[in-house]
Amino acid sequence: MSAKRPRSFYILAGFFALFLLFLYGPTLTIAILSFQGPEGGLTFPMRGVSTHWFADLFRQQAVGDIWGSFSRSLVLGLMVMVTTIVVSVMGGLAFRKRFAGSTVIFYLVITSLVIPSILVSLGVGLIFSQSGLNVHWSTSGYGAQLTWTLPFGLLIMFAVFNRFDPSYEEAARDLGASAWQTIRHVVLPIIAPSLIGVALFGFTLSYDEFARTLLTSGSYNTLPLEIYGMTTNVTTPVIFALGTLTTIFSFLVIAVFLLAVWVQSRRRAQSGSDAGQGML
Amino acid sequence: MRKILRNNHLSGWLLAAPLSLVLLCFLVLPIVMIVVVSFWGATEFSIYPAFQFDNYQFLFGSPVTYSVFLNTFKYAAITWVFTLLIGFTVAYFLAFHVRSLTWQIALFLLCTIPFWTSNIIRMISWIPFLGRNGLANSTLISWGVIDAPVEWLLFSDFSVILAFVHLYTLFMVVPIFNTMMRIDRSLIEAAYDNGASGFQTLTNVIIPLAKPGIMIGSIFVVTLVMGDFITVRFMSGSQSANVGRLISNDIALLQYPSAAATAVVLLATVLLIIAVLLRFVDIRKEL
Repeated sequence: MSAKRPRSFYILAGFFALFLLFLYGPTLTIAILSFQGPEGGLTFPMRGVSTHWFADLFRQQAVGDIWGSFSRSLVLGLMVMVTTIVVSVMGGLAFRKRFAGSTVIFYLVITSLVIPSILVSLGVGLIFSQSGLNVHWSTSGYGAQLTWTLPFGLLIMFAVFNRFDPSYEEAARDLGASAWQTIRHVVLPIIAPSLIGVALFGFTLSYDEFARTLLTSGSYNTLPLEIYGMTTNVTTPVIFALGTLTTIFSFLVIAVFLLAVWVQSRRRAQSGSDAGQGML
Repeated sequence: MRKILRNNHLSGWLLAAPLSLVLLCFLVLPIVMIVVVSFWGATEFSIYPAFQFDNYQFLFGSPVTYSVFLNTFKYAAITWVFTLLIGFTVAYFLAFHVRSLTWQIALFLLCTIPFWTSNIIRMISWIPFLGRNGLANSTLISWGVIDAPVEWLLFSDFSVILAFVHLYTLFMVVPIFNTMMRIDRSLIEAAYDNGASGFQTLTNVIIPLAKPGIMIGSIFVVTLVMGDFITVRFMSGSQSANVGRLISNDIALLQYPSAAATAVVLLATVLLIIAVLLRFVDIRKEL
C-alpha cells in the first residue's frame, strides 16, 4: 500500500487545498474583519483591533431585534428538527412496505426538493392571506421549512433502509416480538446513528433557511431574515460580527452532532454491543 | 396472503400519513393556489378572483420575459459547467487518491460543513474580497497586474456566478463522491492491467460509472440556480435579473397574480428539465 504516490496526487491535492481555501477563505476574512477598530470599514485595512462591533450587537437600539430573532430561529430549528426526525423515520418505514401510491409520494418528495423556494413561500403566503389566517413563523413558516428539510431526512432514511438487513427483524419476530417491540428494540437502535444525521440536517437547514420563510414568517423575523434586512441598511462591520457569531454557532452545532456520532460509535465498540450493525 | 398484503398497504398508509399531510398542505395546495391565482386580476392594492389570461398574455408579450429567462439559463449553464468540473475533480481526489477511510471521511466532512451554515453570510463574506478596495484589487495592484481597481469584480455577472459556484459546488461533490466510492476497485485495476493509461481509465471506466452521481448533482445545481433570487439580487447589486427576481419584484409590488403566472412558467420549466435529467438516472436505485 505504501507505493510512491503518482505526480497526479500532488496536483490534485493542490487543487483540493485551493478548493478548501475557496470554501473557507471568505468566511475567515469576515471573521478577521469583525475585529475592526471602531473607525474601521467593511474592507481592509484594519484600523486597529477591537471587539467594538461585537459589543454593538448587545446594544438593542444599534441593530434591531437580533436576539429575539435568534431565539425564534432556535425554537423553530428545534421544532423542525424533531418533526423531521419523526416524520422521516415513519416515512422511511412506510416506503419499505411498497404500499399503493408510494410512487406518487416519492415523486412529491423529489418535487419538494427541486421546487424553487420562492414558490413555496409565495404559495403558502397566498393560502394564508386568502383564507384570512395570519402568517406566523411557528405555523406557516414552520410548514414551509418542512418542505425543505423533509426530503433530505427521507433521502437519508431511504439510503439507510436500502442497506438494512431484514433478518434482524425476522429474528425478533420469530422470538415473539410485536411490531412495535421490533421497531423499538431492533430497528431504532440499528438506525440511531443515521438519525443524528437527519437531526443535523433538520436543525441547520431550518436555522439558515431564508427564501421559504421570506413570505411566511409574518411580522416577527427569523435570524436569516434579520441579517438580510441588515445587508440593505447596515454599512458597518457589525454585520460581519453577527455573521461570525452565527457561523460559530453553526460550527458548534455541527461539532456537537459529529461528537454525538463519534461517542456513540465508541461506546458501542467498547461495550461490544452489536447495535448499529445490521447494515448490508 | 391477501390479508397480509392489505395489511401492508394499510400500515404503509398510516406510516406515510404525516408525510403526506405536510406535503399536501405545504407543497401541493400552495402549487394549486399559485396556479389559481395566476388567473386572477390585481389592482394597485389588492387582488380579486377572476379567470383571465391577462397575466400570461402580459408575460409572454413582454420582451423582458425572454431576456430574463435567457439570463437565467445562462447562469444555470455556466454555474453547471464550473461546479461539475470542480466537483468532479474534488470527488475524484477524495475517492481515488486519499487512501485511508478516516482521511476520506474527514476531508469529505470539511467539504460539506459549509452546507450547514448560512448562505447569506457566505454571500456577504465576498464583499471584502471583491469590493473596489477589496483584497483582490489591492493584491492585483500590488503585483502590478492592474493600475486602477477593477470595477466588475463585485456587483456583476462575474460575482453572481462566483457566488453560485461557491454556494453549490458541494451539491456536486457529495453525490459524485458517493457513486465513486461504490465503484468496484478491481475494475480500475483491470483497466490498468489491460494497458489503459490513467486518462483512459478515467474516461472509459470512472466517468461512465459515476454518471448517476453526476446527474443527481446536476439536478441539484440546475434547480437551485434556476429558482434562486437572492444570490442574483445581492451579488449583482440589483443590476442583473433572473426569473426569481422577476417574481420577487412582483411580490414586493403586491402584484401576486402576475408573480404567480411567472412562477407557474418557472415551475413548468424546472420540472421539464428535471424530467429530462431523470431519464438518465434512476434515483430510487441510487440511494
